[in-house]
Amino acid sequence: MTATAQSEPQAGAISALMPLLRGLVWGGLGFALGAAFVGVLRTIDGRDFWSLELSMTFGYAIGIVGWLFGAGVWERWGREWLGLSTREGPTGWHRYFAFTTDHKIIGIQYLVTFMLLFLVAGLFAVLIRMQLLTPEASMLSEDSYNRVMSLHGIIMIAVAVAVVIGGFGNYFVPLLIGAEDVAFPRINALSFWMVPPVAIMLLAAQAVGGWDSGWTAYPPLSTQAASPGHIFFTLAIITFGISSILGGLNFLATIIYMRAPGMTWGRLPIFVWSMFATAILALLFTQFFAAAMLMVTLDRIADTSFFVAEAGGEPILYQHIFWFYSHPAVYIFVLPGLGVTLEILAHFSRKPLFAYKWAVGGLLGIVGLSALVWAHHMFVSGMDSRLIAPFLVTTEIISVPTGLVFLSALGTIWMGRLWLRTPMLFALAVVFNFMIGGITGIFLADAPTDVSLSDTYFVVAHFHYTIIGGEIFALFAAVYYWFPKITGKMYSERLGQLHFWLMFLSFNATFIPMFWAGLNGMNRRIASYTPDLQEINIVISVMGFIMAVSFLPFVYNMVRSVIWGEKAEADPWRARTLEWRVPSPPPLENFPAPPRVTGNPYDYGVPNAPAHGVLAVAGASEEDEA
Amino acid sequence: MAVATMHVEAEEKLRAKINQAGLWMFFLSETFLFSALATARFVIAGTGRPEDLNQLLGLGITSILLVSSLTAYRSEVAIARGDRSAFQRNLLATILLGLVFVIGVGFEWSSAEFELSDPFGTAFFSMTGVHAAHVVSGIFMLGLLYWLSLRGHFSAKKHWGVEATVKYWHFVDVVWVFFYPILYLISS
Ligand code: HEM
Ligand SMILES: [Cu+2]
Repeated sequence: MTATAQSEPQAGAISALMPLLRGLVWGGLGFALGAAFVGVLRTIDGRDFWSLELSMTFGYAIGIVGWLFGAGVWERWGREWLGLSTREGPTGWHRYFAFTTDHKIIGIQYLVTFMLLFLVAGLFAVLIRMQLLTPEASMLSEDSYNRVMSLHGIIMIAVAVAVVIGGFGNYFVPLLIGAEDVAFPRINALSFWMVPPVAIMLLAAQAVGGWDSGWTAYPPLSTQAASPGHIFFTLAIITFGISSILGGLNFLATIIYMRAPGMTWGRLPIFVWSMFATAILALLFTQFFAAAMLMVTLDRIADTSFFVAEAGGEPILYQHIFWFYSHPAVYIFVLPGLGVTLEILAHFSRKPLFAYKWAVGGLLGIVGLSALVWAHHMFVSGMDSRLIAPFLVTTEIISVPTGLVFLSALGTIWMGRLWLRTPMLFALAVVFNFMIGGITGIFLADAPTDVSLSDTYFVVAHFHYTIIGGEIFALFAAVYYWFPKITGKMYSERLGQLHFWLMFLSFNATFIPMFWAGLNGMNRRIASYTPDLQEINIVISVMGFIMAVSFLPFVYNMVRSVIWGEKAEADPWRARTLEWRVPSPPPLENFPAPPRVTGNPYDYGVPNAPAHGVLAVAGASEEDEA
Repeated sequence: MAVATMHVEAEEKLRAKINQAGLWMFFLSETFLFSALATARFVIAGTGRPEDLNQLLGLGITSILLVSSLTAYRSEVAIARGDRSAFQRNLLATILLGLVFVIGVGFEWSSAEFELSDPFGTAFFSMTGVHAAHVVSGIFMLGLLYWLSLRGHFSAKKHWGVEATVKYWHFVDVVWVFFYPILYLISS
């Protein structure tokens, strides 16, 4: 970020956008090639040259390769495959717009991209709430309501998957474990550059009619609806899945192999542990999401009948495959959030993290059990009723490891000397919100109560409590906590607290009434409702608008502080972990001298505790590393 | 000096370990994709299969793929010994066998009596299709290896690219070892 260090030979804005332009051109050519390929085959077969969804799919498949190659894979990687030498990328701020391998830049790329998507999808939520001010579909047609709701849902899910992992995971996992970078820096860049096509496809889908089957895209609607928007959706999600899988692989290899000397598993900061657990889920289960989308795609373009009941297919199969990923996915959202929360609670309570080992066990226990609970999303689907009891039980059991993590949070705060700065406020809010989210989950896990709660606003409130309450609040905690490290500047504490209180109060005021609406029979995913529910919906909408407004001080604070903020110290929070041992922002390859880890990360107030980590004295010769 | 070279060696060793781990994690992940497809086969088509499945062809392409794993293995052993011409010969053989396999699948596709829209057809075409796509990508990578070896790349000490591609080839082969009975042999 600092302009002093790097000389900038080409400062032009146009040249900064060159990689993007080249990606677009190559992507366009790839698309044409793929579509033409299908066209020629079809012509030979005596059919029309152009078949929208088929041509689209093949064009997209080749086009995405073109996009990636044009955006930088070819110059900085692919040339090697042909034995040519690779070319250097741009320098200075241009790197933020280029295929770059520095994990810190990739972290910023993820963070900014997904923050923007978060705000955009937030605007769609405002549209939804405007419609729901009245009981009949007046502002939006039923159709456009469903499309806006679907778009809001999937973009927010994508944000939930990637914003903390891609942003803070990339930026801070290497720093926290004392590594120079991630294990596979180029694969890391590849993961990020798959994201823009996903966003473009989801938005472009709206131009051809969008899709109206929600983020879950259940057949038969998703396989039979006429709009080609459905195919945009499946292709985008497959791409996003690949990106997510490669990301998970990278984090696992990084955490297993790149830890600094002395960074034993027992000394790993809890955020790194949470990323480890998450990465396992992303690596393995995401394949099922991709598989489900592939099957829908094939049912649409190739005449297969995975989910076509008339032809002998099995629509319920989709839900099994989908939730086999998407339940673990809810832990992909929330585990990094809980990791950040525990991290901040310990630093700001000035106490060792309570029951560290149990918390780690809890995180890993969640990973283990998360593959065994998926059908709790299907209690009313008409699946084999013998499955209900076992899935009820496994779902209740997963509360145990979740409870361990939660107790670790409570024990850490207990009798601590809480330092109530903005990051800590957000972290405490996570504990509060997640408690509500978790407890309401139990009513949904009990099949008898779920039968009447399923598909109502009770579910909507539950998952917003867990995802916004558990992850997005943690995201903001992380933003404020690490802002001085990333930018070298300090944010405004007053604006930060204003953001916190506005968001915390409006969030609860928006979503608590949704439980009530759900209990009183308000269905989800529909533009209209019975008139007796109008009052509560007006309350929800108005509170929702206030929540939208609460992001204004945040955005202003960020922009203002990056430009005019006070210079931050290297370690403004007096925290023990390694990222605070290096200058702010950290230099390329992170550590001016090799770090050595000598103690636990959270031994605040422990008499005679050794430092968590020290950097070798600059100039002294490097010693053994065995 | 000595310390510096020790350092480089240690770093290369670590790199090799990381690369191996990355590859195996990738395989593990892919296993989930293939299992999803195999599961779908049992759910929609049960354990039945059509009578007119071309068993001879199935057995033929299966054997060809197995033999190609052998030649792939031999090419890796050859380069590890520094025997470049044996390496190239076996590489070419693997590519050819892979191509024959793909052509065999193509022939099966065009001659199959069952429809894409039957439950079994859905499972059959999608499983063989996804698998064949992996084979094609493997052939592509083997082709790159051949091209690179012509330009003098790879030696007894440095041939990670060969190792990784050959492992990938074996992996895709093992997947077929499961898919073959699931599609051709099981019957109720
Ligand atoms: C304490 C543990 C939890 C339990 C027992 C639980 C239980 C449930 C159940 C049974 C449902 C299905 C409700 C229905 O459709 O009728 C559900 C829905 C959902 N839960 Fe949870 N949950 C828990 C935690 C979480 C967490 C941590 C997250 C995310 C971070 C989450 C996200 C969701 C989502 C996204 C849905 C709705 C999916 C949809 O239908 O669109 N849950 N939860
Ligand atoms: Cu679930």
